[in-house]
This record gives sequence, structure tokens and C-alpha cells, in this order.
Amino acid sequence: MPHVTAETAVRPGRSARADLAPEPGRGFGLPAAGFLAPFLLLYLLFIIGPAIYGLIMSFFDTSAVKPGLSSFAGFGNYTEALQSGDFWSSLWHTMWFTILTTPPLILIAFVLALLADRVKKGRWFFRLAFFAPYILPSAVVALIWIWLYTPGLGLIEAGLGQIGITAPNWLGDPGWAMPSLALTTVWWTLGFNFVLYLAGLQEIPRDLYEASAMDGASPWQQIRSITIPMLARTTTLVAVLQVIASLKVFDQMYMMTAGGPNFATRSILQYVYDEGFTNFRIGYASAVSMLFFLVVLAVSAVWFALVRRQERGL
Amino acid sequence: MTLTRRALLSGGAAAAALGLTGCSGLTPGRRTGGSLDYWNLFGGGDGVRMAQMLDVFRTANRGVDLDAVTLAWGNPYYTKLSLATLGDKPPDVAVAHLTRMKTMVEAGLVEELLPEDLARHGMTADKFTPRTWQAGLVEGRTYAIPIDTHPFVMFYNTDVCEKAGLLDSSGALSPLDTPERFTDALRRAKEVTKAQGGVVAITNETATPWRIFQSLYGQLGGEMLADEGRRVVVDEARATQVLDFLQGLTREGLAPASADYQGTIATFANGQAGFFFQGEWEISTFQTAKTPFSMTLFPNVFGGEKYAVQADSHTLLIPRQPDRDPERIDRALLFIRSMLDQSKTWAEGGHVPSWLPFRDSAEYKAMTPQSNYATAADAAVYDPEGWYSGSGSNFEIITGSIIASVMAGQQAPATAIAQIRDKLTNLATTAPPI
Repeated sequence: MPHVTAETAVRPGRSARADLAPEPGRGFGLPAAGFLAPFLLLYLLFIIGPAIYGLIMSFFDTSAVKPGLSSFAGFGNYTEALQSGDFWSSLWHTMWFTILTTPPLILIAFVLALLADRVKKGRWFFRLAFFAPYILPSAVVALIWIWLYTPGLGLIEAGLGQIGITAPNWLGDPGWAMPSLALTTVWWTLGFNFVLYLAGLQEIPRDLYEASAMDGASPWQQIRSITIPMLARTTTLVAVLQVIASLKVFDQMYMMTAGGPNFATRSILQYVYDEGFTNFRIGYASAVSMLFFLVVLAVSAVWFALVRRQERGL
Repeated sequence: MTLTRRALLSGGAAAAALGLTGCSGLTPGRRTGGSLDYWNLFGGGDGVRMAQMLDVFRTANRGVDLDAVTLAWGNPYYTKLSLATLGDKPPDVAVAHLTRMKTMVEAGLVEELLPEDLARHGMTADKFTPRTWQAGLVEGRTYAIPIDTHPFVMFYNTDVCEKAGLLDSSGALSPLDTPERFTDALRRAKEVTKAQGGVVAITNETATPWRIFQSLYGQLGGEMLADEGRRVVVDEARATQVLDFLQGLTREGLAPASADYQGTIATFANGQAGFFFQGEWEISTFQTAKTPFSMTLFPNVFGGEKYAVQADSHTLLIPRQPDRDPERIDRALLFIRSMLDQSKTWAEGGHVPSWLPFRDSAEYKAMTPQSNYATAADAAVYDPEGWYSGSGSNFEIITGSIIASVMAGQQAPATAIAQIRDKLTNLATTAPPI
């Protein structure tokens, strides 16, 4: 699903350049199929195939430790999921995480890109500094932040203590655990959106700024009337990718809180993992995945509609 | 070697996921002649000692090509082991916790160890701690050889306890076998350290809260599950008593209301706590840190005459083989026996040996602090039977998370018990997927 949306969001930017518009009839035929084949084969084998098999399994009581599909369950797995409090709470946790992470990851990335773009000296340093955390593996990020958050000994707690603030129990308090994970994630993945915005900023023709400056526009007016509108496409792309990335959250939660305290940060994907790989209930886990797929599909459809409208607007 | 095995395994897992298990007829990588694949889950000090033991085996059996793979412990380990066995590419020998081994037996993934085969290698029931051996039987049959018992124990800082006046004339800790003595000791230790009395990991941690709860609850004779996990039988009165007690410790500031696993270790190693409650395996950590410490049985706070403590055992088993080759089984048993013969090395890591020839030896009795808590093996309370139970299982995650929320003061015992019952009933009423 992410692939489709990303493509859609990027495409207008490309086709807007007339010199690159595809000739009619080009891009079809045997050679094209030949070029596509290696990807298509892998895609069918590892994405479409398992997805269909997952759909089939979701209607059976399939077990991870028994061969075959086991007995037919009809919609039993689906009704069980929809009636399960654990399903709804973990779905909400994923949503809550998405709500907490998406706005800052768009806003802060935008602001930092703007600043980094305006810096005259040592621009490379700021670019590197903001992007660097993104290249860390999730396990490293989790380890670093677990130590930062550690009750009693953690750096953040000690730092806040210096200025007379009593730190909350970051990962141990059910109310704070999710914001703490969100903070870690913002620090970690900001770099990706930052780079997208930076690229977008460099695409904006300089003469627009010069012209407006001659007309006496203040920097703030320039940002509001030139930069932000000209970055609309980038913002859409960043938002789509970010929402989908946030919905897919698993690693940092699994490693930093394991879904705790008292299941307050168990994401829907961890619920799938717990049911499928821990409880061996592959059939039920598949049904939950399918339900989650519908949610992602709905979110993507909304964005897709937005992008289409934006496209027509041009 | 690790890479090829990983690749093989993921290939097998992917094939299983795609329902292509039919193609398992050809088993590449299975070398003929004396090969032996061994999977374990030991990291840290245990991992180092296991490597030493494997080297001894290699030196003594040059004809056997031993290939050992270490995987991360917990649920993923058992999932991998199950999938590999199901895909007909099991290792020849694997480590499994006693409480998890039973689920694998139910799923038909473990070879039965026949008495005559075992006898050939000198492994008979009378050579093992009776409690450990009995706990490992499934319908009276043997499927796994226990190499140890790893109980929940009490670590204490000898300097702190001396200053707090908690040691007797011989330098041993005076018994803390009543709730009053227990809390009093923590209070006095806290006065000495000016920081913590005792530490127990409850933040971002599920196994430890479960272990301390189960130890106390077991002392009261409480049960969690019945009918192989099909019925939840949580005892309201006993569970409340234990949870009240545990919550009281953090409420009165005798133990921190937020402390994660690494944090508790650091606190105890720094001498900022008099007591540390955890499995005995952390012994190497504090030996390395040169903490002045000793270890003893987790106090019999509620048990009175009868002692009980949460524990599990590491066992060695032979996953179901596609062809059941007697020679391979024989090699595997040779390996298992070699591990038992090296119980001394293993016991250095804190585990109580189940192999009586070593456990009853003067050599072991002279090993301190390891032999201080050897009797824990005879009073071990294993996790209840059930397809979702056992070390690192969902059962422990559910109960442990909720118990931790009580200890952190986030939930009252009554609502916690209702939540435990509710979540466990969900699992108990689900048809077992094995």
C-alpha cells in the first residue's frame, strides 16, 4: 500500500515537466514486461502471495505449530477480534501514537529544513546533524533511549532534577509511556522528512524570493505566501509517508516497553505478533492483520483523494 | 555457519508460511557422519560458560562435528524452534525451559527419550533431583533432561547488612521469614544506604514481577490455572494478600516504585540497595562488579512450615526428527550426558545442578554462595501448565504486567486481580492452537 500512495504523490511533480512527458505507446510491450519481471516476480512471491495466503488463513483456525490450515472458522476470527477489548485498545494505541508523532514530525522537520536552508556557513553540518539519527538501527535507538529514560539513573531525569523539575516515570507510567515513545521516534525519524523538505525548498525558484523582496515582502510573508504554498506537494508526500510509517510502529515499542506498562503501549502490530507468533494462532492473527489492512486502506484512500484534488487544482 | 543456518531456517519458515511444507523431502546442509546441531538461548555469563562446556565436549569427541547456535531467549526462541521442527529441519539437541518443553511435547514436536536409551548413557531418574525430574515428566514419560533449577533468590549486600545489624555472628543473614522481619530488614537496609532498601525490577519488565508474586503466592499455596490451562482459578484472598504486601513495599518506600531491570542491577551493584530480588543467574554480574554480596533463599515470608519459591529449569531435548535416526539420537544423548558431567561449570553461573552425582558432592557444597540456596530446587514452584504458560510466555507477560502496575502503585489489588482473571480467561477459553 505505501508504494502506491508514494508513487501517486510523487508523480505529479514529474509529469509537470513537459520535456519528460511519456510518448504515447511508450513504456509498453515485451521489453517493458522483461524489465518489470524480476521485481514483479518478487512482488508476487513475497507480497501478493503471502497477502492472499493470509486472507485465506484468516478464515481458518490455522496454528503455527500444526501443518495445514486446520478447521474452517468462517468469520469466527473476525467476530472474535471485533469483540476483543485487546484488539480495540491496541488499535487505539497505534492511532494515538500516529496522532502524537505525525504533527511534530511534519512541523519540526519543516522548521528545521527552513533553518538549515537559510544557514550561510556550515550548512553541511546542520544537514548531517538533523539527519544522522535516522541512519541508526531501531535497536540502537531503543537502547540509547531506555538509558535516557531509566528511572533513578537516567540522564533526562538527572538533567531535569538539576533545574528543579521532578521527572515523570517516563516508560513506567501508563500515561507517559506513549508520549515518551513518541519523543524518541520524533528524534529518530525526523531526518527523513527533513531531507524531503530540504529538497523541496531547493526546488523553489530563487527569483520568486527576489521579486517579492523587491516588492517589500518581509521574510515572514515570504514563508507564508511563497514557501508554504510551493511546498504543498512535499507536505502531502511527507504527511502520507509519515502517517503510514507511524501506523506501522512496532520496533521501538517492542524493544523499549514490550507493550507495557500494563499493555498501555501495545500496538496493533504487536498484538498480531503476540497472537500469531507467541500464541501460535496464525489464523486469528491473520484476521487482525486484515482488519488493520482495512484501516490503512481507508487512511490511504483519504490521502489519495486529497492528492487527486491537489492535482486537479493545478 | 550461523548464517547458513539462519538462511536455512528463514527459508523453512517462509516455506511454512506459504504452505509449501511439502517440499521438505530434501534436507540440504544435513551432513552425514558425526554432525550435531545444538540450539541454545544462553547469553551473558551463561553463554560464556556454555561455550566452555561445548569446547570440552569438542575436545573429548573429536569425531563429532558440533555446530552450536545461540538465539535470543523468550518467545521468539520457542517460535523458531517450533517452526524449524515443523519444517523437518530441527537441531539435534535444543535447550528449552521445563515449563515450555511441555507445550512442545503436546504439539508433538519432541522425541520421547526411551529409558533403555537413557540407561545406556547412565542417565536414570535416580540421578536427578526428584522434584526437577518429576516436574519434567509428561504422562509419566521422559522427553527432556533437566540440567538445572533456576530459582528466584535474594541477593544481599554484605556490607550494608552488617551495618544494619542483619547478620548473625557467623556472618550469615538472619532469617527474614515473616512479613514483619522482611519489611524490617528492608527498612534497616534503607537507613544504611540512604537510598533503597531492596530493589526489584518492575518497569518495562514482566518476568520479575511475576516471579516475586508467584514465590509469595506459592508459599500461601495459591494456584493460577487448572485443567492444563483451561480453567482460571486465581485465589482472590491469597492474591490480594500478596499484592497488598508487595504494594506496601513500594508505598512505604522500601523498594522503588519505578525501576527497570538494568537499573536494579546498577543500584545494587553500586551499594545503593541492601537487597536485590532476581533469579540466581545475576551472580556473575555482581562478581564482575566486585559488589560485596551474598545470596540466599528468597525468604519464606508466608509459607510457615512449607517453603515455596518460583523457579524453572533448563532442559535439553531432542526435537522431533523426520527420520528418527538411532545414531543421531545416540550422539545427542552423548552430548547431553557431557553437559551433565560439566555441572560444575554450569553451577558457577548460579544455577542449582539437577545432576545428583555433582549436587551431592563435597565440591558443590563448598561452592558459595551457590550452595546456600540449593534447597530451592526441592521447593520449586513451576509455572502452571497450559499452552500459553511457561517462562517468557504470554501468561507471564499478562500476569507480570498487571502485578507490576500494582507494585508501581498504579492499580489497586482488587482491580488487578479482576484484570488478570479477565485476560487469562480469554486465553483459557480459546481452543489450544497446538
